[in-house]
Formats: sequence, C-alpha cells, structure tokens
Amino acid sequence: MYALKDLPKEELFTSGHRLCAGCAHPISVRMVTKVLRGPTVIVSTTGCLEVSSSIYPHTAWKVPWVHIAFENGAAVASGIEAAFKAFKRKGIIDKNVDIIAICGDGGTYDIGIQAISGALERKHDFVYICHDNEAYMNTGIQRSGATPKGAATTTSPAGKKIPGKPEWKKDFIGICIAHGIEYAATATPAYWGDYLMKIRKAIEVDGPAVINVLTPCPLGWRYEPKDTIKISRLAVLTRYFPLYEYERGRYKLTIKVPKPLPVEEFLKIQGRFRHLFNPEFKKELDEVKYYVEENWNRILKLCGEA
Amino acid sequence: MSKLTWKEIPIGGVIPKGGTAIEYKSGDWRTFRPVIDVNKCVNCLICWIYCPDSSIIRLEKHVDVDYYHCKGCGICAEECPVKAIKMVEE
Amino acid sequence: MSKVIGLSGNEAAAYAAKQSKVDVVAAYPITPQTIIVERFSEYVANGEVETEFICVESEHSAMSACIGASLAGARVFTATCSQGLALMHEMLYIASGLRLPIVMAVANRALSAPINIHCDHSDMMGSRDCGWIQVFCENVQEVYDWIIQAFKLSEDLNVLLPMAVNFDGFTISHAMEDIKVLEDEEVEAFLSTRKVKYKLDPNEPMTFGALMLPDYYFEAKRQQEEAMKKAYEKYIDVVKEYEKLSGRAYNYLHEFMLEDAEAAIICLGSTTGLVRQVAKKLRGEGKKVGVLKPWLFRPFPSKEVLKALENIKSLAVLDRAISFGAPFGPLCSDIMATFFSEGKIIPIFNVIYGLGGREITPKEIEEIFNLALKTAKRGKVEEKVKFIGVRE
Repeated sequence: MYALKDLPKEELFTSGHRLCAGCAHPISVRMVTKVLRGPTVIVSTTGCLEVSSSIYPHTAWKVPWVHIAFENGAAVASGIEAAFKAFKRKGIIDKNVDIIAICGDGGTYDIGIQAISGALERKHDFVYICHDNEAYMNTGIQRSGATPKGAATTTSPAGKKIPGKPEWKKDFIGICIAHGIEYAATATPAYWGDYLMKIRKAIEVDGPAVINVLTPCPLGWRYEPKDTIKISRLAVLTRYFPLYEYERGRYKLTIKVPKPLPVEEFLKIQGRFRHLFNPEFKKELDEVKYYVEENWNRILKLCGEA
Repeated sequence: MSKLTWKEIPIGGVIPKGGTAIEYKSGDWRTFRPVIDVNKCVNCLICWIYCPDSSIIRLEKHVDVDYYHCKGCGICAEECPVKAIKMVEE
Repeated sequence: MSKVIGLSGNEAAAYAAKQSKVDVVAAYPITPQTIIVERFSEYVANGEVETEFICVESEHSAMSACIGASLAGARVFTATCSQGLALMHEMLYIASGLRLPIVMAVANRALSAPINIHCDHSDMMGSRDCGWIQVFCENVQEVYDWIIQAFKLSEDLNVLLPMAVNFDGFTISHAMEDIKVLEDEEVEAFLSTRKVKYKLDPNEPMTFGALMLPDYYFEAKRQQEEAMKKAYEKYIDVVKEYEKLSGRAYNYLHEFMLEDAEAAIICLGSTTGLVRQVAKKLRGEGKKVGVLKPWLFRPFPSKEVLKALENIKSLAVLDRAISFGAPFGPLCSDIMATFFSEGKIIPIFNVIYGLGGREITPKEIEEIFNLALKTAKRGKVEEKVKFIGVRE
C-alpha cells in the first residue's frame, strides 16, 4: 500500500515534454518513476512517448534512458542486462541496476512480439511495461493487435459495411504467462495504488515481469482530454479491462467489480465506438458486449472466483 | 539561442544532461487554466498523481499549479474529490 | 611470444574474440558463420570466459542486444552473414549512429533469392553505406589479426564506430590453417579495457537515441563522417602498433609487383592469393602485371590506392557482387571515383565474378590480366563490365 504523501516529490520524468494534453503515457511513466527500487535504466521503443519526450536537445528523462527502434525494446533490454551481469561477474560494478522497458502496444503486440518472446524465454531480469492505447497513435491511429473489436481506426474505419476492426484484441498477458515467467499483470492509471504495487512487485521479481497498462488516448479514442482518468476507471468498472495479476502460477483479481456498469458507459463517450450505436450495427455492439462478458468470466475462472 | 554546429554537439546524438525538457514552455498550449481554491484543497494529492505534466506543485498545506508547464488538460479539476479546482478560460 | 595453432576462419574469429575479453556476445546461428557462435558457446560452457553470451532469437535482436550492451559500456562482439546481415540492416545504422564500437565477424555469403549458402560479397556490399568500418580478410591469419585490431580501432575515443571484419564464407570460414596467435596477456595489454565517452550510467542520467529533427539531424550525420576520417587516420597507428607486437603488417593496402606494372588487378578477400599466383607466373613470361589488395574498404583508402597505382596504364577491378542497374560493381565504383576525382583518367574495367560461390580459375584470371595488358596498350576499354565464369 502506498500513501501519496510518501511518494517522492522529485520528478524523474519532467514537465516540458510534448505529449498531448491529457495523455495517459506521462501519467503512467510518472507512476513508474515514483516506485523505483534503486539505480534504474529505462528503455523505450519508437512511439508517442519516445518522440515527445526526447526532442533534441530536450529530454524529459532524469533517469538513464535509451530509445533504439520500434520492434526491439526487449532485445535492447536483454543486452543492457547482460552487460551489467558481465560487469558484476568481472567485479567492475557491485550494485544492482534495474532495467525497465516502456513500450507501446504496436511495438509490443505486433512488431516487437518476437523480441519479447525471446527475452522472456531467456529469462532476462527486466520489467516490460506495455503502454496499451489500443492502436498505433504516433503514426495517426492505425489498428494494431491490441485494438479491440469494433473500434474505428484509420486502417479499420467505421465503414458502411465493416464497422471498425472485425477482430478481437490479442491476449498479450496470456502469451507472456505461457513463457513461464513469474509475474504478469494488467493495470491502468486510474487505479494508481494497484498500479504502483504491481510496478514494484514486477521490479522485485528476479527474472522477467510484464505489465500491460491501459493508457487511454484522447486523440485516438476521441474524447475530451479531461476524461482520461475517468475512461481509464470506466474500463475497469464496466469489466472491459479486468485488473488482475499472475504470480508464480496463481492468478488474482486485484480490483473486484461486483456491480458492473453497462459496457455502453465505457463505449459511448469515445468517438472510436460511436458508430456501434447506429441501429444497423446492433449485432456488432452485442458482440463487443458478449466478448467483454466472456473475457471477464475467463479471468474470474483463472482467479478462482467463478 | 544559436544552435550548435556539428563540431559542438556531443557525439551520437546523446543528451548528456537529464531533464532538459523543463526549459520548454508547454504552458503556451493552454486554453483553460486550473485555478485552485486553497480553502477547499485538502492536500490529498490526487491531482498530483494524475497530472500528465508534473505541473502540480506540492506545498505544505495545499497544492499549487506550475503554469509554465501546465497544458490545461483539466484532469486535475475532473478528478479532484472535493471540487477545489476550477478550469478558467485564459 | 607467439605460438602456432591450427584453426579455421570461424574458430580464429571466436578465439580472437575470447582473447579480446569481450563482455557480451549476442549472436544467432547462420551458415557459414555458425561455428563462431558454437565455439564461443563452448568457451562459456567451460568457464573459459567471463563473457555474458546471449543466444538471441534472431539477428535483428542480436544487433539490438549488442547495441544495448555497448551503450552500457561493454566490449561487444557478434557474427553473422547474408540473410542475417540483411535482417540486421536497420540496426547497423543505429549502431554507427549511436557511435558504438561493436565488432562483428561476417563470413560473407550470397543473398537470396535464389537461396545459396556460398560465398560472395553481396551481403556486406548491401550494407556498405551503414557507417561501419570494414575490412576484408584474405586468409585465417588475417581474420584472427583483424578481430583483435578491430576492437582497438573502433574503441578509440576519437573514432567510436562499429567495425565489420569480412572473410569469405567457406573459403576462409571453414578452411583450416596454421596461424600464429598471440599470448592472452599480449592481447590484453594491446587492447586494455574499453574506455567510454558516454554510457548508460545510473548515476548520470543521459538520454540516448533522442529524436533529431531537421534542425540537428544533419549535424549528427556530418559528425559521423568525420569519425570515418578519424578512423582512417587512426588506422595506421593501430596497425603499426600491432605490427610491433605480432610482426605482421596491415598498412592500408597489400601491394604486389606494382612498381613497374603496366596492368593490375585490384580485388578483395581470398581471391587475391590466387590472383597473385597468376601474376607471378605471368611475370615469369615477361608480362608486367601487379596486384593490389585493400584491407580497408570503409573508409576507402583513396589516397593510398592512387599512390600504389600511380604508374599503372590499365586496371581490372574484381567485384564479387553486383550493384544492380549501377554502371559498375561496388568496388569498381569507388575506384572510378577515386581516379576521376583526381583527374587521373586511365582505362579501367570491371569484372564481376564468383557469385554464389562460383570458383574463379587461374585460367580466367590470366585472361583478365591479358585483357588488362591489351587495354593498356590500346589505351581504351573494350567492355566496361565483364562477367567472368558465367555460362554465356
């Protein structure tokens, strides 16, 4: 349990970055930097967070930070971890250095999945945090493997025949857990206490740990910037985005939602889902609702709560 | 400020000093400004933890706003549990 | 004191990397380079090295991990070729752009399609503009010597560029040779530990890989070209120092019977030995021919090439790669530019040979020399680009 007043005042991700007003990325990054264990290196892949936080000669990072490319956050982290391991073996350093990769969903669910799989299989000691805003926002809102069914993006537009993305979102956390890692979790900034606890747990794991954080995007999801936390909360309260963790074989639902709000509460305030409320797409809307329910039941079962 | 030549910039595009973005005035983006009613503020720090721009300043008894950087997103006003923050047009 | 041991080109590369006390190796298997990765794995498994070996899931991740490790300040080694090098292509530019002294052995192999595992230089020539220092080796001894020298050159604080050590797939990678190796202590003294200018240091929060817009990107690239110039200057210091230690000299070029030659062949890698043999035979017949082998390909030693070929009347440039649609193959383009830019116009023709492991015969080389001599006499090139060894 964390009390806000006990968190460090010092900002390791400073203001003056160029992320949009109301963007969830910096909220998540600030939370990560508030619960670091000690010396830490952060790796980011190409995307909004990277381009907006490191416009030369400006950088918002007050921790050692590196960006290499779009698809290799986990591989770069592997290399850094290996270097520090070798230095320790050779007696060049004696302190532990934590390594955290913060990457977007495009660089995670799609183009980076191979590098992630490799790094998880090799059991490098690092934390992989996916900022999941459910599309390629940096290139202008294209669909990714994390985009949910029904969402309109610029490459899965709400057409007259096909209303948004026809496919479901990938179960990224499930893929990670299948690698036999010790810790994996979902999170979202609205539940800051839950998120802070998960970040710290992930850091303390000796080996790879993964957190998938839902980070709402005002521009891509088409809502008012002031509503970022509200939407992040509604995602949980409607059971659209279950918050759970996996620890050494055991699943736990960390935020219980006994009396869920209708999924429509989450969908209707976002432009990307607006078309689903046209009467001709009732079937698709129902499918989204059905998916949310099925997914929730699946997670409940895993958590032993069903 | 005149820009550095190729002979002057550090190699490999490295930025040798952390947190230099602080010089950038993101406050210019704002159309609405958050105004804090210090009498209502209970210093719960909810606005501080949710601020995307590290623009909530933690003081002894209440919070304040860093207008040099605040982009005016309004998350603080929306999330304040005691409604101590109002968004006012610039 | 040096000793003699029998090693293949791949084993020599692994052995040299071991003696260079690399901190991190991240590599992926690919024919004909695989033995490097295997040998190094054995060193690790037997506790002969303190290296952290990452057996990655692709070459793209191999180079990505090398970049991460090098940024942390580690001495880093990897090896690849062909498709693997092509998969790394994106990362090659990032390694040089971030000014990281990664050393890579490349057992040159043809590129698909059609798939072919044998030697030519298409792989590295496809990456020749990626900002890496590049040398081409003629035999196993050179592979060994170059891996060690590569760390010295690329890690120099005035240089800080990655370096590729090229050697012909199978021809060198799998050929056993008795080579002279240095003692571990000698290599250690020659290289010392890696020094860094900037690194990922938890005590000094630096930003690497920042976004550079039109207001700075050009400056960064201009600076990188300057590093190539520095590498060119520093090269001679490194090879001189290594010569003192090993007795083996690697001045920019290897010149053979060029002083009074009328016609010459210039080529890279293992073919050079055969070309010299043929040249010797022709000399015995009174034909004035010579051979030039540049070790260094990037940065290109234009000044030295011009000087070495000062009195040549005709030149045949051998390329083991095609630059499709270009006027000449990659090496020949550089030679043409080198001569033309100095206002030195002599008849030069390009020979494309040996693609996909096709052997070049002494008879074919003799034909090339004879054609060069004829061209020298006539003062004019008959055919700008010749394909030798292909069925017409």
